[in-house]
Amino acid sequence: MIRIENLCVNYGAVKALRDVSLQASPGQITAVLGANGAGKTTLLRAISGLVTVQSGTIHLGERSLVKMATENIARLGVGHVPEGRGVIGELTVEENLRLGALASKVNIAEGLETQYRQFPVLGDRRKKYCATLSGGERQMLAMARALIAQPQVLLLDEPSLGLAPQVTSELMKSILSLCESKNLTVILVEQNAKSALRIAHNAVVLHLGTVVASDHAAVVAHDDDLRRYYLGLVQ
Amino acid sequence: MANFLASPFMHNVLAGLAQGVLYSLLALSLVIIWQSTHVLNFAQGAMAMFATYIGMTEIDRGVGYWWCVIISVLVGMLFGGLAERVLIRPLYGKPEINPIVVMVGFLGVIEALAAAIWTSTTRNITPPFSQIYFHAGGQVILLSPFVIFQIVLAIVIMLSIAALFRFTKLGLQLRASALAPEVARLLGVRVSRMLTIGWMLSAGVGAVAAVIIASGTFGLFPTNMDGIFVAGFIAAAVGGLESPIGAITGGLLIGLSEQFILSYWSATLAPLGGIIILVVALMIRPQGIFTKNVERRV
Repeated sequence: MIRIENLCVNYGAVKALRDVSLQASPGQITAVLGANGAGKTTLLRAISGLVTVQSGTIHLGERSLVKMATENIARLGVGHVPEGRGVIGELTVEENLRLGALASKVNIAEGLETQYRQFPVLGDRRKKYCATLSGGERQMLAMARALIAQPQVLLLDEPSLGLAPQVTSELMKSILSLCESKNLTVILVEQNAKSALRIAHNAVVLHLGTVVASDHAAVVAHDDDLRRYYLGLVQ
Repeated sequence: MANFLASPFMHNVLAGLAQGVLYSLLALSLVIIWQSTHVLNFAQGAMAMFATYIGMTEIDRGVGYWWCVIISVLVGMLFGGLAERVLIRPLYGKPEINPIVVMVGFLGVIEALAAAIWTSTTRNITPPFSQIYFHAGGQVILLSPFVIFQIVLAIVIMLSIAALFRFTKLGLQLRASALAPEVARLLGVRVSRMLTIGWMLSAGVGAVAAVIIASGTFGLFPTNMDGIFVAGFIAAAVGGLESPIGAITGGLLIGLSEQFILSYWSATLAPLGGIIILVVALMIRPQGIFTKNVERRV
């Protein structure tokens, strides 16, 4: 369970997030939607301790994450798949996965087996350098690398970016099934509102750093004003 | 066979390799630091010298040769870790010239301090290996048990470092911290600790070079490592500063070229060997020097 209250983040004079509050529960996908520059990525970076929080609180269960070091937040079970996936091209698929498992207490060999079963294409490419992977394969690797540590929370930043529509739809399905089978708290940041709303339970819409809507995904998906003004979903 | 090993050509090859492995060690140590923190440590040689002087004072107190080696390397590692924490850490995110200026200043301080404490005369330690060259059929082969030890030790150190980076959990974390620090932190890697460990490993490798020099016939003096540093730096630059193999190869090439120039031309021109290699490398592969792989930022 992630609980954020009145979060403010500034980049110099620019207010990137203003009084943002949201709650994300286990077994549910919370979609964070909005245009470029709405503050979606900043929100995830604030949870992971990569940007300085001006004011407000972020809690994982009972623990406050504000001012905690990024690596310690990760060790508490927050898996963060950054924008552009953050796969390290100079390392092999297996090295990337091992790296994901190192900081946790999981058995690495078992973890690798589990992820290769979940994502067979990664097993086939385990000795390949990641620079040779396709966009879809990189996204799978980035997810597997976060999942191998058996996190409680999964932060996904634009997973559909640069993927073909069919790959995106399969990816979204696997996010949903992972979330439900492992009781993960998923925060899914997406510009692709249509794909995200199809699998999300709840949705938060950000505009210029403030929350303009926060409701069940189905409600947001059928609100014509939100669709038109903030989500770019005009038929 | 004996005739071949004792030929002038092989004289130069053996002497060049013996000197080259020292350059390779220093170059490798510079690459380790460059990769992890993008700092060119100008005080690398001087730090190694100082650590070895401390090892040598322990020998004066009666410890054996191997203890002296171990103490020098451990003290070197400690210096490396401290230098990163105290001198370099406050400069991360500042212009790249800042750490260079600080380390050049530090270089001067260490050398002056060493001269003040131990005087600038040459000191050496006696290794448990004979320094007398082998003979075969009345001819000298430029190889002694000590030279063999020197080359073997350097190779063992290089292979151990390679294995550490390639096959261990620590090595994987060190590589990830150098390649993508933010991603590594998101995966729970303690990147700042890794940077300190990188500096410690690097300084340890440098100290091995200084210990070997102190064990040789000519011994060690406070500014002794300056020349080794320049050659090691050129070797690392020729290899592109990012490639351990490139640095090691570069070191051997410079050792050999210096020796051949010394032998066929003039001893005073020997340091030109490194410069010639650098110029040739710059003409053929200028991108090898100071440039990063753009792909890395993806």
